[in-house]
Amino acid sequence: MRRLTRTLGPVAVAVLALTAAGCGGDSGSSSSSSSSDTSSSSPSEDTGGGDADLLVWTDSLKIDAVKQVADSFGEANGITVKVQAISEDLQGSFVTADAAGNGPDVVVGAHDWIGNLVQNGAIDPLNLTPDELSGYSEKAVQATTYDGKLYGVPYGIEALALYRNKDVVPDEPASMDDAIASGEAAVKSGKVESALNLPVGELGDAYHMEPILTSFGGYIFSYDEATGYDAQDVGIGKDGSIKAAEEISRLAKAKVLRTSISGDNSIALFTSGKAAYLISGPWALADVKKAGFDYGIQPVPGFAGQDPAQPFMGAQAFMVAANGKNKDIAQEFVNNGVNSEDAMMTLFEGTQLPPAMTAVQDQVDDPDLTVFTEAANGAAPMPAIPAMASVWEPLGKAYSAIVSGKDPVATIKSAGDTINKAIADAG
Amino acid sequence: MADPIDSTDTSHRRTRSSRRPGRDDVPAILVKVLLLGIVIGTAVALTPALVGEESWIFLVATWLIALVLVATYATGRALPAKYLVPGTLMLALFVVFPIALTAKTSFTNYGDGTRNDQQTTVDQIVGSSVTRADDSPQYNLTIATDGDPSSGPFTYFLVPQDDPETVYEGTEDGLEEDPGGVTVENGRVTAVDGYTILNIKQISAASDALDEIAIPTESDTFIVRDGTSEAFEGAPTLVYDADADTITDEADDVVYTVQQQGDREYFADETGKRLSDQSWTANVGTRNFNKIFTDSRISSSFIGIFIWTVVFATLSVVGTFLLGLAFAITLNDPRVRGQKIYRALLILPYAIPGFISLLLWSSFYNQDFGLINDITGLNINWFGGSFSAKVAVLLTNLWMGFPYMFLVSTGALQAIPEDLTEAARIDGASGFAGFRRITFPLLLVTVAPLLVATFAFNFNNFGAIYLLTGGGPFSPDNPTAGGTDILISYTYRLAFGAGGVQIGFAAAVSVVLFVITGVIAALQFRATRSLEDVN
Repeated sequence: MRRLTRTLGPVAVAVLALTAAGCGGDSGSSSSSSSSDTSSSSPSEDTGGGDADLLVWTDSLKIDAVKQVADSFGEANGITVKVQAISEDLQGSFVTADAAGNGPDVVVGAHDWIGNLVQNGAIDPLNLTPDELSGYSEKAVQATTYDGKLYGVPYGIEALALYRNKDVVPDEPASMDDAIASGEAAVKSGKVESALNLPVGELGDAYHMEPILTSFGGYIFSYDEATGYDAQDVGIGKDGSIKAAEEISRLAKAKVLRTSISGDNSIALFTSGKAAYLISGPWALADVKKAGFDYGIQPVPGFAGQDPAQPFMGAQAFMVAANGKNKDIAQEFVNNGVNSEDAMMTLFEGTQLPPAMTAVQDQVDDPDLTVFTEAANGAAPMPAIPAMASVWEPLGKAYSAIVSGKDPVATIKSAGDTINKAIADAG
Repeated sequence: MADPIDSTDTSHRRTRSSRRPGRDDVPAILVKVLLLGIVIGTAVALTPALVGEESWIFLVATWLIALVLVATYATGRALPAKYLVPGTLMLALFVVFPIALTAKTSFTNYGDGTRNDQQTTVDQIVGSSVTRADDSPQYNLTIATDGDPSSGPFTYFLVPQDDPETVYEGTEDGLEEDPGGVTVENGRVTAVDGYTILNIKQISAASDALDEIAIPTESDTFIVRDGTSEAFEGAPTLVYDADADTITDEADDVVYTVQQQGDREYFADETGKRLSDQSWTANVGTRNFNKIFTDSRISSSFIGIFIWTVVFATLSVVGTFLLGLAFAITLNDPRVRGQKIYRALLILPYAIPGFISLLLWSSFYNQDFGLINDITGLNINWFGGSFSAKVAVLLTNLWMGFPYMFLVSTGALQAIPEDLTEAARIDGASGFAGFRRITFPLLLVTVAPLLVATFAFNFNNFGAIYLLTGGGPFSPDNPTAGGTDILISYTYRLAFGAGGVQIGFAAAVSVVLFVITGVIAALQFRATRSLEDVN
């Protein structure tokens, strides 16, 4: 199978077919278009990256910052560098392209891809010295470490925080209960339509529900310092998750959580002044700043008398492709081009993500981003193990079902069974 | 074209072809030669790559196609083939070939975690196990050669970062301290007498040759390149034994053997604990097909989803056709003023890209903030219940689909000769009777094949479901099958949703769907054939 996908065979065959179509016309006048097709896809092993000495793939939001870092590395070393933005399904495109041998040398992506990338043999481990690693926030290193090995150099970290419309609720809540109470009061007085915008949607949203789950002692996979997340110990369906489910059910009955609020509209409803609180990440900051009211941000608090809330923490990282054409240069770029304070500063300024390098964290003077840095450092890295793919859908849908009025205990237990079975099936 | 005269009597041939104007034009011949040259050139150019990849099937196919093309167009024979060959090739390449490949894939476990073959997987697992020795310094690395920069022999010059005064020369014989003739600047060797220092590009170009060199250290480890400017001491902790097909962890002497877990094989220890999540592609026979028909979660949902798929496709076709036809008949009446404006307005839904209108409609149905509940004053949780979600899907698909039916019906109505309806009127069949007995049957002759095509399209209308409801609502005990799921959206979730990408399994479901859709289409075409008797 792999051999079939990696060969140029299909391209060749297509080229021949196009040429054939051109020959088909007796007059030969229709052949101009087909011959131009032929020349553009001629077998020069043109893989999109041209013959750059270093090819980097990232997404369209980060390309400018990544390009700056890559260009200065290229200039310093006298090599040509090309940075490409893959706007659709960067992870999937990268896995496919790398297996076919025409992928990039370096890919910039989220740390929770690492498990899937490793099981597909798409990335190589890195060998930063312990000294170099100590320059990064502990959570960022924890996130990019998989099976005891470092697979990415992190540059940005993100986690959910609690936004508050200060025009509606001036005082910072000490707990989730306080936030919900003041939000509900604001709804009652007609100031807003929604107390707390926490995306649920019809299909559920396990990512945004994680602070509630963890505050009640629930967890998805148990975590061990040495071995990481354990796919054999699923916490969904156990005590903590049941307590969380009951609370979610109670909040749904009080109309605080509802399926009509989803990832599509939660930020927009908040910025248009229709909600007292919003749970979202740094990506909402630009919109909230433009909203035209005074806002406050704080790490998501826990429920009164319960554990602190631990949202998922995500790290953005540079990873070295396993089948890149210039692996040495890729390693050099990630080890020394990216892994430096200057580069990290550039990446921070370009992406406005809370930085992963502690030296850069200390230089950030934007109070909002400081809160997000604090939130990310207090969060738990999103599990990167492949088993996580078996969790998102069943868990999200269970949350959504509970919010729509299904029995919380039975629903969360059944979701746990489904997850365990899916993990066992996958091997 | 076994015409002996054609090939032997050249004079006859010349006269025959000269009768066709432009046939022997110099430019036309040149274009032909050029194109055939490109065909042969492409085949020649591809050959080394295909030989290198050892993909013999593609090599043979490439040359076969090239030869067929040359034989067809370079000679004067086989005139029909000149018209048939392109179409046949296209059919083979873009229809038959993908189907064959899908069928072939359906017998493998190809997908996330099994994309590579076993050898590649082993290489990767072992290669990734290189571990930095505990006390290893980080060296600043300079690679130099006293031979050719692309082939070597290569020598490593190493300066420990924490001890910039010391220089080591590393060769396959080991490390030697304080080599002569070395210039050190900023803790890095920058020049060596009699050697050429490799720059970053040269190192990258020579990386395969460099990987062959093992520079041993005193502590049973090797110098491992870390990028192009640094190195450390380390060694792989895992060793693969090809004869036994086992991997041994030398740090704790655990032996990992190949074991079947789930639908794939892993290297695992005695207790079944995996060494790595990496598995490899394997033929699994009919296991993917068995899973479709025996896995209780799949087979229990399958029938319900199949019925809804048929209902969805049928109601979508009937609904859009009736609505489109009603508009077409109304606007076809010459007494209607402003026909063109109405027609333009009615085609609007068709002019908006489908996925945009679907996403918009999806937000219209929001219970608290959606347009539909706002306007109608209802408080329906459209996507919350299975029935209301189905209604919502059908309504939206009606809106999306009727303009097409309106266009088709308008065209068909205008093609029905006026005198037929007039004759019917004279015979006393006016109004609805005339429509039912004359117009409608004639209309169906033209439209029926399009209805079949629309049915087939809606049968697999992935976008309408995926973008509108995502297949939901879901019951908590079965998150894989939703209330509005049709077979294709359900398949997509099974194959790409939970548990990563399972291309082999998806291919098996595609094969089953292919058979089902094929049978249904065949039955429908047989049924529509009876309509042709009307003429």
